Amino acid sequence: MPNDYLLSLPILAAAGWSVLLIILEAMLSRAALTRVFAMLGFALVGGLSVIGFPLQGLAFSEMLRIGGFQHFANIIFCLSGLLVVALSEKYLDDENVHYGEYYIVAFISVVGMMLLAAAANMAILFIGLEMMSIALYVLAGLMRRDVRSNEAAMKYFLLGAFASGLLLYGISLIYGATGELALHKIAIAIQTGSASMLFWIGFGLLITGFLFKISAVPFHQWTPDVYDGSPTPAAAFMSTGAKAAAFSALIVVVTNFSTLLQNSPTWSLVISSIALATMVVGNIAALAQENLKRMLAYSSVAHAGYMLVGIAAATPDGYSGIMFYTLVYTLMNIGAFGVVALLESKENLLLASDYAGLFKHRPMLAGAMAVFMLSLAGVPPLGGFIGKYKVFAAAVDAKLTWLALAGVLASAVSAYYYLRVVYFMFMRDPVGEAISAPATSSLAFALIAVAVVLLGVFPTEILRITDAALKFAQLPTQTGF
Amino acid sequence: MIESYLPIFAQIVVAIVLGVLLSTLGVLIGPKRKTAQKLTTYESGIEPVGAAKERVSVKYYLVAMLFIVFDIEVVFMYPWAVSFREYGIAGLLSMVTFALLLLAGYFYIIKKGALEWD
Repeated sequence: MPNDYLLSLPILAAAGWSVLLIILEAMLSRAALTRVFAMLGFALVGGLSVIGFPLQGLAFSEMLRIGGFQHFANIIFCLSGLLVVALSEKYLDDENVHYGEYYIVAFISVVGMMLLAAAANMAILFIGLEMMSIALYVLAGLMRRDVRSNEAAMKYFLLGAFASGLLLYGISLIYGATGELALHKIAIAIQTGSASMLFWIGFGLLITGFLFKISAVPFHQWTPDVYDGSPTPAAAFMSTGAKAAAFSALIVVVTNFSTLLQNSPTWSLVISSIALATMVVGNIAALAQENLKRMLAYSSVAHAGYMLVGIAAATPDGYSGIMFYTLVYTLMNIGAFGVVALLESKENLLLASDYAGLFKHRPMLAGAMAVFMLSLAGVPPLGGFIGKYKVFAAAVDAKLTWLALAGVLASAVSAYYYLRVVYFMFMRDPVGEAISAPATSSLAFALIAVAVVLLGVFPTEILRITDAALKFAQLPTQTGF
Repeated sequence: MIESYLPIFAQIVVAIVLGVLLSTLGVLIGPKRKTAQKLTTYESGIEPVGAAKERVSVKYYLVAMLFIVFDIEVVFMYPWAVSFREYGIAGLLSMVTFALLLLAGYFYIIKKGALEWD
């Protein structure tokens, strides 16, 4: 029993800290203070995950599975939360929605993400997903006097509720087919008997629920509208933390049923097709976007496609590639959204052409944005390239060369719309007056950009950690029950 | 398995056919003598006043939501109270934690003035 508490210490600490934030906000009602405490909380939980990294096992009546994989995922969620909270203040002040609740809701969302990644039981899986999603619906509708924000929240809520319904229905069908809710026990039940049609339908619905959250084609239609209408930092949070969480849960589920899925050509074909469609549709739709937020939204669809290639490969290399990819993606996408959030004011500066001549006024900010754009495009010395290389290499190893080839072609297409922003920033002369932004934030973006570069130049250490983390995650049956 | 649902299916069919048939017959062969009294919404009820799509103060929703939260708390209390002895001190601690979490929310509600009507 005490071991349970030790294992799930990061999750317990995060849940406790969110209550602390609520009490703090109730007593003092000072958003700036709540913000500082939220950042402290993210740092604390991330630190606990680092310390607890080697711990592994099942906790609380086999409800939670904790291992290196979960700790690594926790670190990504905390990093995402920390960066988003750090970069939100100016945007929220400009929009007159600087409430302390924003930080509390973001924190609760991270608790949900951690539960989602640590779920060993489908009940926890659902609770984690809902805790994360409901908090995100609130963040999407934060600017309640703004029609577009309301629209974004409504769309996200209705479609998200529908997806949650599908997922829950899938869970109930799997329970009907096997009589178990714990993932590893379902895997055993499937191994002894054969997978019935009922199980496959349930499994399909379960995966559909996740595909919605990672905005894979054909479940991506909500993405551009929601990202466009939401407060920009919240959109950054949705596209990184929530996506990383959904991918973690997807990896946990898929590895849990690995023996079953490896013998199923249909599964491989379906997930490869979805990955292909996601890459193609995301990139082609992004080409046509003038609005930067919508462009980044479609780009996040395309990146979900690249990561799905790792799921399609279904090898430890592929999963480790996805983990690395989510880490890099968290950094570079929050960076890109953060620059947009910093420069955008009310209805101005939303188009790529508005960034003309940014380099002349704010060289450091433009340089950081260029790094994020090039990294998103997958240009070699940067982190984004290593992430793509890992998942595509895994696909080639898994004899899915056609998929890897399609991915490379799709990223070649994506270079056009990323480089367009760089072109405007560096090659064009500024129009209108200089864009004003606090100097300290330029430094923050420069730091994130340096991290993206470092991940590209020295990826070996992180990749070693992701490989080790993945080994700790795979304990479906040998935990001795 | 499927055959055992046949009676239910038959009953549904009978219900639908009967309903449609009787309504249609009523429309076709029933006498129609319209008077002002008969055309009111509730012939012998209260006169409807105003449109149905009226604005309702958001405060009612707030109260309803808060009611549900604390209603759910009690729902969890009942099964715990029934098997209080079996769960012992661990159960008590879990329940106290649960109640404290809700208490933190309650504290927040009061401090934010959600229970002040004006």
